[in-house]
Amino acid sequence: MKFTHTPLLSEKLPDWRARILLLFLMLAFLALAVRSIYLQGINNDFLQQKGASRYARVLELPATRGRITDRNGEPLAVSAPVKSIWAVPEYVEVTPAQERDLAAALDMDVRELARRLAIEKDFVFLKRQIPPQLADKVATMKLPGIYQQAEYRRFYPSAEVTAHLIGFTGADGEGQEGMELAFDRQLLGKAGSRWVIKDRRGHIVEDVQSIKPPRNGNDISLAMDSKIQYLAYAQLRDCVAEHKAKGAGIVVLDVKTGEVLALVNLPTYNPNNRERLSGAQLRNRAVTDTFEPGSTMKPFTIALGLESGKYRPDTIIQTGNGHLTIGKATVHDSHPGGAMSVSQVIQKSSNVGATRIALSLPPEDMWNNFESLGFGNPPKLGFPGEATGRVRPWKYWRPIEQATMSFGHGISVSLVQLARAYEVFARDGDMLPVSLRRMEGPAPAGKQVLSPETARQVRAMLELVVQPGGTATKAAIPGYRAAGKTGTAHKLDGGHYAENRYIASFVGFAPASDPRLIVAVMVDEPSAGKYYGGDVAAPVFSRVMAGALRTLGVAPDAPIKPLQYAVKVEDVKESM
Amino acid sequence: MIRRIWLRFTDGLDGPLMAILGMLMACGLAAVYSASTEHFFSQLANLTVAFTIMWLMAQVPPQKLQNYALPVYLLGLALLLAVALFGDVSKGARRWLHVGPTRIQPSEMMKIAMPLMLAWYFAQRETAIRYRDFLVAAVLLLVPVALIAKQPDLGTAILVVAAGFYVIFLAGLPWKVMAVLAAGAGAAAPFAWNMMHGYQKRRILTLLDPTSDPLGAGYHIIQSTIAVGSGGFLGKGWLHGTQTHLEFIPERHTDFIFAVFSEEFGLIGNTLLLVLYTALIARGLMIASKAATFFGRMLAGAVTLIFFTYAFVNMGMVTGILPVVGVPLPFISYGGTALVTLFLGVGILMSIHRNRMLVQK
Repeated sequence: MKFTHTPLLSEKLPDWRARILLLFLMLAFLALAVRSIYLQGINNDFLQQKGASRYARVLELPATRGRITDRNGEPLAVSAPVKSIWAVPEYVEVTPAQERDLAAALDMDVRELARRLAIEKDFVFLKRQIPPQLADKVATMKLPGIYQQAEYRRFYPSAEVTAHLIGFTGADGEGQEGMELAFDRQLLGKAGSRWVIKDRRGHIVEDVQSIKPPRNGNDISLAMDSKIQYLAYAQLRDCVAEHKAKGAGIVVLDVKTGEVLALVNLPTYNPNNRERLSGAQLRNRAVTDTFEPGSTMKPFTIALGLESGKYRPDTIIQTGNGHLTIGKATVHDSHPGGAMSVSQVIQKSSNVGATRIALSLPPEDMWNNFESLGFGNPPKLGFPGEATGRVRPWKYWRPIEQATMSFGHGISVSLVQLARAYEVFARDGDMLPVSLRRMEGPAPAGKQVLSPETARQVRAMLELVVQPGGTATKAAIPGYRAAGKTGTAHKLDGGHYAENRYIASFVGFAPASDPRLIVAVMVDEPSAGKYYGGDVAAPVFSRVMAGALRTLGVAPDAPIKPLQYAVKVEDVKESM
Repeated sequence: MIRRIWLRFTDGLDGPLMAILGMLMACGLAAVYSASTEHFFSQLANLTVAFTIMWLMAQVPPQKLQNYALPVYLLGLALLLAVALFGDVSKGARRWLHVGPTRIQPSEMMKIAMPLMLAWYFAQRETAIRYRDFLVAAVLLLVPVALIAKQPDLGTAILVVAAGFYVIFLAGLPWKVMAVLAAGAGAAAPFAWNMMHGYQKRRILTLLDPTSDPLGAGYHIIQSTIAVGSGGFLGKGWLHGTQTHLEFIPERHTDFIFAVFSEEFGLIGNTLLLVLYTALIARGLMIASKAATFFGRMLAGAVTLIFFTYAFVNMGMVTGILPVVGVPLPFISYGGTALVTLFLGVGILMSIHRNRMLVQK
């Protein structure tokens, strides 16, 4: 085929017009090319990084909090995986029916859920710490804008029995009370992290790599023995119920190591359900509260007297008719005893006797004695809010103060301090620091406070207290020789001693031949009639001590009276 | 026999244009598959329909086209008026018209009807075009454009204005007039600014500083420039664009498909695309310059320049040098309507080329 050219065809666009057009087109495409080179060749590192920041995320991997166990590995605080449900209210699209379902799944009021979803924030918790099965149910609903995060929740298997000692953690897993707070750093662990790729909706598309594995927290084993703790708890609870007391506390110490084998306060609470808690329930009285101990302080006064060389156990003290006037004040004995030996001052708990001995000693020596026994100083348990107690400087003592301090008034101590001070008698005059954590290796050397001879002499006197004729026969333990001292103190009420409100206490140890345990019991305001330490606190001591010694397998050091059965010989024969 | 059918089939088709289109469509299908796999087959169907229309168009000689110019234009104008009066509102714009069971978008039709009309008008006055004719052309152009801009549909309005202007330019609009128009446009800019919709103003402002509103108006530009830049020199590879597959790019299979393509094929891919468009435009201009008649020359030139406008506005928008307007990437973006319009244009080019000789010996 061949076409002929016509003159008309040669008439084309004017050249200049076509050239300008072409120039314009080329410039436009050149601009695109330059832009492309700028974005992809020059600025691409920056833009790639920006791009990566849109899909690559560093996820935090929560570390599991360490467990708290008792000395035998029994778990007392463990972390269980749970989920928290949260939402970005702006992204949430739910029908009223879905909203009802979600509320039902979360066990929430629909109106409360709607209120939370209406909050104008980027992040709102809907429900925290729900069981994984429930969270899975919520996940299958596939609601836009509703997300989950993995968390750990603390469970306390022994609940109220160990509440004050263990404490608890807050919703974000931080220790708030007790051991959880004291050893938060060790328990906490370190969160790890990993890279993931997420799409625009925040779904994880790909797990790229783990940057840092989470390091779980360290387990902590306490000095506490769960069996003894439970025993102490049960006995104390019964005691509080029987005597209608306001509160109570008990501390069990291992004489050989200084470890705290049990520590209970009442009232207590359930750390797994802290919705309704009062301040009174939370208080770890044995550690954070002080009280005027009363007669349980007398043995220290007597010991100082023996150390001075002015007295021997059989030195006679004149207590007269049980009244001793010092300045304007009078010291009373509730059971006047006339002339009695130093041993009997302890056995009968004579205030006048203790006062006479105290007043014959220099105040400075008494103060130093208190100081070295640990009164007025924190017991260094590492526990939050440890009380130091109050011992006024000896220079400001008036004679009446020196007198009342000899039988435990005008001085305040915590139950832990008091229990620890009795180490001086249970051990041969030396003292160990107390420890809430289980001790590894041999026990540390004690600090000598009294001569071993004085310690043994006071120990013998304390045995008399429990024996017939003493103030605490109810503290006796079958099979073991027990020793201890009662205390019955008027409570302080606005600077005065309340007429009929008491703190009954008993501190003692057993077996007296080679003491193994110290048990200190304190009962606050027993109000069912009985209020003497020997009636209220001593029975608790007896039962807890007996059970604890058996639990530990401590050999008896006293003959057990065989149980006698009134069985006729014929009956035996018949049953054979 | 088969050979004859094949010849009959390929007779009206232009080889070079077919080659260029084939490569563009391949790029387009790859990009649509990556951006939105579920749209792949429907895009394939769109291409088939569009291709058929192109083939049919290529069979129609330009002389016949000339006869349709006025009726098509008038029909388009009437439909635009109907839209303005009874149109459907979708996403805040009145663009659609219900015709029986389907909806049509008359503004799309104007992209072809406008250059056809103006080319016909000037062809009538070929020997003696006067200033008055340019005024008439301006009115013919601006009435439908005003209706489209009112919908509002800035992207289509710009394309229609461009299409009409190219014809007027090719008809020989004097430079003096162009200078006056440019000056006038400059002076009118502040008034135009005041007449713009809030979202249109924002788009222009965000072009100047996308980070001023990164989650709102600037979001598209920021995400798409990041996607383009993330591609780097070689690209991340087909189906491996992170910004695409993690759904960070909005409108990723339609107006912003260039971001997907750029991220996955990099600077190399972009260069290829630019070369293909350049080749398409070069071939179109060649056809225009060889056209037998004044009408054919103007129409072919205008159609070619519309292709250019599509490509430039879309790529400029995605790379962040032009404001965001709804203009698809020609032959690549997903969407049947745009493809039909574009292939109609190619069909016209082929028809003009086929009939470049006035007399066949």
